[in-house]
Amino acid sequence: MNKRLTIAMPKGRIYEEAAELMKRAGYDLGADLEESRKLILEFPEQNIRVMMAKPMDVVTYVEYGAADLGIAGKDVLLEQDRDVYEVLDLKISPCYVAVAGVPDQPLSRIAPKIATKYPKVASDYFREQGEQIEIIPLNGSIELAPLIGLADRIVDIVSTGRTLKENGLVEYEKIADITSRLIVNPVSYRLKSEEIEHMVTNLSDVMEGIK
Amino acid sequence: MVKRLMFEKPLGMRDTLPFFYNQKSKARRQLSEAILSYGYSFMDTPLMEYHDTVGKVSATLDQQLFKLLDQQGHTLVLRPDMTAPIARVAASQLKNGEFPLRLAYDGPVFRAQQAEGGKPAQFEQVGTELIGDHSSYGDAEVIALLVDSLKQTGLDNFVITVGHIGYVKAFFSDLLGDDEDTMETLLHYLYRKNYVGFRECVKSLSISEEKKQALLELLSLRGGEEIFEASRSLARNQSCMQAVNELKQLYRLLKVNGVEDYIQFDLNLISHMEYYTGILFEGYAPNLGALLCNGGRYDTLLPSFELNASATGFAVHLERLVEALNDLEDQDERIGIIVDDDSYAKGKRKADQYRKEGHAVLLQHVDQIPDLPAFYAQLANTIDLTQVGGGQDE
Repeated sequence: MNKRLTIAMPKGRIYEEAAELMKRAGYDLGADLEESRKLILEFPEQNIRVMMAKPMDVVTYVEYGAADLGIAGKDVLLEQDRDVYEVLDLKISPCYVAVAGVPDQPLSRIAPKIATKYPKVASDYFREQGEQIEIIPLNGSIELAPLIGLADRIVDIVSTGRTLKENGLVEYEKIADITSRLIVNPVSYRLKSEEIEHMVTNLSDVMEGIK
Repeated sequence: MVKRLMFEKPLGMRDTLPFFYNQKSKARRQLSEAILSYGYSFMDTPLMEYHDTVGKVSATLDQQLFKLLDQQGHTLVLRPDMTAPIARVAASQLKNGEFPLRLAYDGPVFRAQQAEGGKPAQFEQVGTELIGDHSSYGDAEVIALLVDSLKQTGLDNFVITVGHIGYVKAFFSDLLGDDEDTMETLLHYLYRKNYVGFRECVKSLSISEEKKQALLELLSLRGGEEIFEASRSLARNQSCMQAVNELKQLYRLLKVNGVEDYIQFDLNLISHMEYYTGILFEGYAPNLGALLCNGGRYDTLLPSFELNASATGFAVHLERLVEALNDLEDQDERIGIIVDDDSYAKGKRKADQYRKEGHAVLLQHVDQIPDLPAFYAQLANTIDLTQVGGGQDE
């Protein structure tokens, strides 16, 4: 008897790409999943159950074992430092985390301020650079902060660089490349190893162009 | 500072209410019975230790230790595990005892947690230490005892994953020579369960394709006994072969013990960056998001207390075990005797009689019961002496 797997899927921007990947791997989640308001969907014929979660929360569901597997951005994994297996780079929604700011503006010498949605990533990075900084946590429109003098720099996701450019900001350093990853709960990894291995193989075949 | 409300407790601290307390006692008793039946002796150590002795050598990260100062200004820690204190005792008061030492413990340990739910800062561990036996027979005994004691509690669908840190380290040094930084990085990726990072790191190394392939093959070394062949053909130096032989020997002994059905192997298993030195293992059970139990062989802890001995042991997270058992049946077997002024003496005699027979009996004056039906409902059996004939003796 195969054990049923619960998968936490990210809602929003990444969902379409993730669903397409799942489909190519043999898990058809249907077309209108995202339009539906349902949060939990059963696919008995494929022996899976899908949870729709906010991308930032997927890792939490998986760490606590509410979901066996999940698709989560590396940015969230870096920021949240959770106890999950990171088994596969799905190479979807590629982007990177970078330091940006107003052009030709040196970092303030007394307590430089960094505005970001990623406090841990930012402070880890500047610490490695030997720089002690102060974090200003923001939730969106991070680009505003250096423009109005709230912060010296921002640490944020860059995908095309258009937002930075249109606001007259430049990128200073790249911190890390980001793609979505397949993550697995440590207990499920052992107790449902066969089913999980099967799904990982299917997905990794797609990644390597076999399927 | 926010003023604390009456019901608040420090972060990660929990109350144990009667129902959970009973379940915990039951599970603790069953584990202990199995452990005692293997000839282990229970002992206890203080809740507080010096940071300089036990705190520094324990497997718990420094930032997770609860620290406090004594009156002389020494830094103390609340014990973060039982293995280090027991090592201290074994290396001092018990060093002239009968080796191998077979010691067991059950008690609370303390680990400061991040500000998040679901992770208690105080929890109870039941475990064993086998000190001074460095053979595979010792490893097998500890794992077999772990399986037997879990079975004793009624848990059945659990899995014990066994790894060997000696194999991984020897394998890396075979392929990477003395590039210790890379070895450390790769070990850290395995420890963090980050296989994507491991693969990327291997691909970026400037070593032959063949060696890279071998490093990547390591990730597939998990499963049943079939992995011994694969790990043997991947391994090239003496230490790797020795580790594989130890695993094979262990598996053979586990079969003799009849516990092989609960065992999986995974040579990528790294439970801790420095602590373990040979065979190590982790146990998992359904309906639990996190580890149920873990353990392994540690050879450097006792020498740090100036006792040259190898040891192995396991620890079960008792609260998680109770959660995994999910035994919701509330078996309240108490007898209630309801009395009034007249029937009190009779009730007392009756209660004593039942108590002598081993029952738990509560004697309750009727005037103090706010809700009679609810009072009846919570007990297995109730005897009402207020109506039948009052105070007259039979």
